Amino acid sequence: MARQAPPRRRPGELSFAGRRRLFVVGAVGLAGLLLWGLAGLPDFSTFTPVYGQVLNRVAVEERSTTDVVTAVNFDYRGFDTLGEEFILFAAVLVLGLLLRALAEERRGKIDDDAPRRHPGKTSDAVRLTTVALVGPTVLLAIYITAHGHLTPGGGFQGGVIAATALLLVYLGGDYAAMRRVRPLTLVTTAKAAGAGGFVLIGLGGLIFAGAFLQNFLPLGQPGHLVAAGTIPLLSLAVGLEVAGGFVLLLSELLDQLLVLRRRRERRSQ
Amino acid sequence: MSFLPYVVAVWVCVIGLYGIVTSRHLIHAIICLSVVQSSTYVLLLAIGYRKGYAAPIFIDIPRSTKAVDPVVQALTLTDVVVGGAVTALLLAIAVQLDKHLGTLDPDELDPLRD
Amino acid sequence: MIAVQVVALLLVALGATATVMARDPVRQAVVASLYGLTLGVLFFAFQAPDVALSNIVIGAVALPAMIMLAIAKTRN
Repeated sequence: MARQAPPRRRPGELSFAGRRRLFVVGAVGLAGLLLWGLAGLPDFSTFTPVYGQVLNRVAVEERSTTDVVTAVNFDYRGFDTLGEEFILFAAVLVLGLLLRALAEERRGKIDDDAPRRHPGKTSDAVRLTTVALVGPTVLLAIYITAHGHLTPGGGFQGGVIAATALLLVYLGGDYAAMRRVRPLTLVTTAKAAGAGGFVLIGLGGLIFAGAFLQNFLPLGQPGHLVAAGTIPLLSLAVGLEVAGGFVLLLSELLDQLLVLRRRRERRSQ
Repeated sequence: MSFLPYVVAVWVCVIGLYGIVTSRHLIHAIICLSVVQSSTYVLLLAIGYRKGYAAPIFIDIPRSTKAVDPVVQALTLTDVVVGGAVTALLLAIAVQLDKHLGTLDPDELDPLRD
Repeated sequence: MIAVQVVALLLVALGATATVMARDPVRQAVVASLYGLTLGVLFFAFQAPDVALSNIVIGAVALPAMIMLAIAKTRN
C-alpha cells in the first residue's frame, strides 16, 4: 500500500509522546473521580434494587414468564426495547448507505462469473465441518428465540446466532451457496417485518388493553411454551429484526471484500 | 475486596480510553471504543448482583427464591446487541475513509484535505 | 465475593488490557474474541445467563468476524 509522506505536525500540535503524557494526567484524574463516585455506592453484593425484587416476585404470576429478564425486555420495559430495536435498524440502514457506492460497482460483476467461485482455498475438513454445523446453528437459533420466556435467551441472542449461520456457509467456501441462502430482498423484508411487527403488537396493546405494548393475549400457564401472551411474539419480532440486520451487516462487508479481491486478481493477470 | 468489580470497571474504561488516544489505526481505535463500552456491562451487572441469590429464571427453582436484579440485566442485554451494531457502523465509516483517503492512521487524516 | 468472580474479574481486566495493547488489528480481533469470552464467563458468575449468552455470540463471534472483514477490505 502506498503510504503518504510521514505526518507533518501542524503548528501547535502535540507530539505523540506529549499526547500520551497529557492523557496520563487526565486519565489519573478521571479514574480518581470515577472511583470517588463509585465509592459512594453501596458495597458490592450488599444492595438489592427494590424495583427488580418486586419484578422477581410478581413477574411469574402476572405474565406467566419464568425468565424475568425477558419479561422486563419485552413487557415491563418493552418501550425501551422498541427504541433499542430502532437503533439497530438505523445502524444497518446507514451502513447500507455508506457502502452503497461499492455495491453499485458490484452489480453485474459477480453474477456473470462461474457459479462456484471463491477466492480462498478451503480444505475439505473445514467445508464438511461448516456444512454439518449450519443446520444445528439455525435450529439452535430457533430454539433460543422460541424459549426466550422460559429459559435464558430470546430474540436478541437467537437473531445473532441465526446470522452467524451465514458466516458458516461463507467459511465453507461456497460463495454461490451463500448468495442462495440469503436472498437479500427476503432478508430486508424480514428485518422490516420484525421492526414493524413490534410496533403493530404494541398498537394491539393500545387497542385491546388500553396502553401501548400492554400484554393483551391470553397468558396461559408459567413454564409452557405457548404462554406469556405477547412476550414470545415480541421476542420473535426482535429475532427477525436482529437476524435480518446482522445478515445485512455481514453481507455488505462480505460482498465488497469479494469485489475487491476480484479486481486484484484481474490486475495481476 | 468488595470494591473489586468497580475498580475493574474503571480500569477497563480508562485502559480503553488510553487505547483510543494512543491509537495509530482507526480499526484499533474502534475496538478500543467497544472495550470502553464493555466497562458499563461490568458496572451494571456488579450493581445488580447479590451473593447467594439465584439468576432471575424461575423455570426450575421455587418462585419464592431470592434472585438477583433482572432490570440491570435487561439493560445490559440490549446494550450488548446495540453496541455490536454501532461498532459495525463505525467499521463501515473506517472502510469508506480508507477508500477515499488511502490511510487509516488518525495522524494522517488532515481535516483540511478534501 | 466468591473465587470464580475474583478470577473472572481479574481475567476481564487482563483481557481488556491485552485487547488495547495488541496494536496489529488482526491480532487484536482474535484477542477481542477471547476478551468477549472472558466477559461471558464473568456474566455467568454474576448470575446473568441472558447477558452472557448475548455477549458470547456478539463479542466473541460476530464482532471479530466483522473486524476481520473490515481489515481485509482496507488492506489492498
